[in-house]
Amino acid sequence: MRNPIHFTALKTIWIKECTRFLRIWVQTLVPPAITMTLYFVIFGSLIGSRIGEMGGVSYMEFIVPGLIMMSVITNAYSNVASSFFSAKFQRNLEEMLVAPVSNITIILGYVGGGVARALIVAVIVTLVSGIFVDYRIENFAMVVLTVVLTATLFAMGGLLNAMFAKTFDDISIIPTFILTPLTYLGGVFYSITLLPDFWQTVSQFNPIIYMVNGFRYGFIGVSDIAPVTAIAVLLVFNAAFFVLAWWLLRRGTGTRT
Amino acid sequence: MTNALEISGLRKIYRGGLVALKGLDLTVKEGDFYALLGPNGAGKSTTIGIISSLVNKTAGQVKVFGYDLDTQINQVKEHIGLVPQEFNFNQFETVLQIVVNQAGYYGVSRALARERAEKYLNQLGLWEKRNDRARTLSGGMKRRLMIARALLHEPKLLILDEPTAGVDIELRRSMWEFLTRINKQGVTIILTTHYLEEAEVLCRNIGIIDKGQIIENTTMKSLLGKLNIETFVLDIAENGKTPVIESATMRIIDDHTIEVDVAKSAGLNSVFSELTEQGIKVLSMRNKANRLEELFVNLVEQGRDTKEQV
Repeated sequence: MRNPIHFTALKTIWIKECTRFLRIWVQTLVPPAITMTLYFVIFGSLIGSRIGEMGGVSYMEFIVPGLIMMSVITNAYSNVASSFFSAKFQRNLEEMLVAPVSNITIILGYVGGGVARALIVAVIVTLVSGIFVDYRIENFAMVVLTVVLTATLFAMGGLLNAMFAKTFDDISIIPTFILTPLTYLGGVFYSITLLPDFWQTVSQFNPIIYMVNGFRYGFIGVSDIAPVTAIAVLLVFNAAFFVLAWWLLRRGTGTRT
Repeated sequence: MTNALEISGLRKIYRGGLVALKGLDLTVKEGDFYALLGPNGAGKSTTIGIISSLVNKTAGQVKVFGYDLDTQINQVKEHIGLVPQEFNFNQFETVLQIVVNQAGYYGVSRALARERAEKYLNQLGLWEKRNDRARTLSGGMKRRLMIARALLHEPKLLILDEPTAGVDIELRRSMWEFLTRINKQGVTIILTTHYLEEAEVLCRNIGIIDKGQIIENTTMKSLLGKLNIETFVLDIAENGKTPVIESATMRIIDDHTIEVDVAKSAGLNSVFSELTEQGIKVLSMRNKANRLEELFVNLVEQGRDTKEQV
């Protein structure tokens, strides 16, 4: 890897990606704020007040980390999936493929863009949640580590989806049929200890459980999963997705004929 | 002189079994202005796709300025500027963003990229449009934008895949002038085109590709020299007489225009003598610009006949 060239290329891809989602901020940054406000009003204030405590804190405080994480997952994923697929569809991905940009640089650039959007959305949603609840942060390092690793993982997920996608439908199928159910069943709105034993065991296979709980541990210091386990799962998935994305780009799957 | 491009035994079989290239060999010298012609589906775009790393080859070797595509891909890419056939930039980005970003992929700093962008966009008449989104440009401007984008990292080999498709005559000529100028500055140019006049005007050497193989690779001069007969269009002053020419084949186009097919060895003197004897005044004369087209069709047809006989 010849550093100067790749660093300039990486910076270029990252700036291009950030410029894209900032240019269309009404489509990318405003909707999460509106959606989360609705979640807080309906599940937090209206229904949450009748539920009482969960995990030793008010229901509203319990769902804050899960809802932030939900926005992070959705935005990291959709940013890279739609941007990379559009670049493939309009063929402007060729601008990078004909240039001496390494596959690692392409992955880092796109994923970096997705992570930037996810983190901006995380800050927006956290500020919105501050209107409804007095949340606390028990372990700031855990919050940052979990949110960055989760954003990176789902940005890479979006990249993999876009590589295989042949139509715009293909980049909405996975979020609709896989990502959304896994997120809703990933302990955003409930503690998995409320589930019967069998479903608790099944939930252990849902990777989103680890992210939501790791993040929640950072906020309220309470989690259904050990924080070390959560970080380990995130690292393993990140490494696996990165290797897969690199290998597919190298083979030219979905990008070269 | 070094070779800008050396291709040997290049084969491409697409998934599904389509054989696009059947062991193609091609050499283009440094500084050349080379035309690659061929009918649709002949393998031109596949060849260009392989050279520019957008298509994976099945077999064979490609070298650009001595760098091997298999082992020195970054050096190969650094030397090439590609102007593809179809618009492939982000339609929502501005002209300046497109060219500056492209330079960034080649490791050119943003400050230097802006300097070069001003230079090339000015030369191609696009500087005033630098802050306009690409989708608002006319077809001709989009073509020029792709040329500017390909030049920002100052490549030594510029490959243009039908760069003047859909461009009006005036603009096409100004693009020819620009390409001739950068060729004189030392940039090797490979051009595919359907406008055979374009190849004839611009290129010194020519390769004709058909069914995945080069069927002719020679200088433009020697290729055109293969034409024994030239066609001339004569504008004549009307004097009420129907012109008759016995020393050449003649067609009357209208009352003021005739076309004459003249064997190169015969010359034009006898044609003029006959017209003068009949009291017909020739006002002007021009070459009919379809010479290369005729030759191209003949070569492709000959190639197909030979293969069918085999």
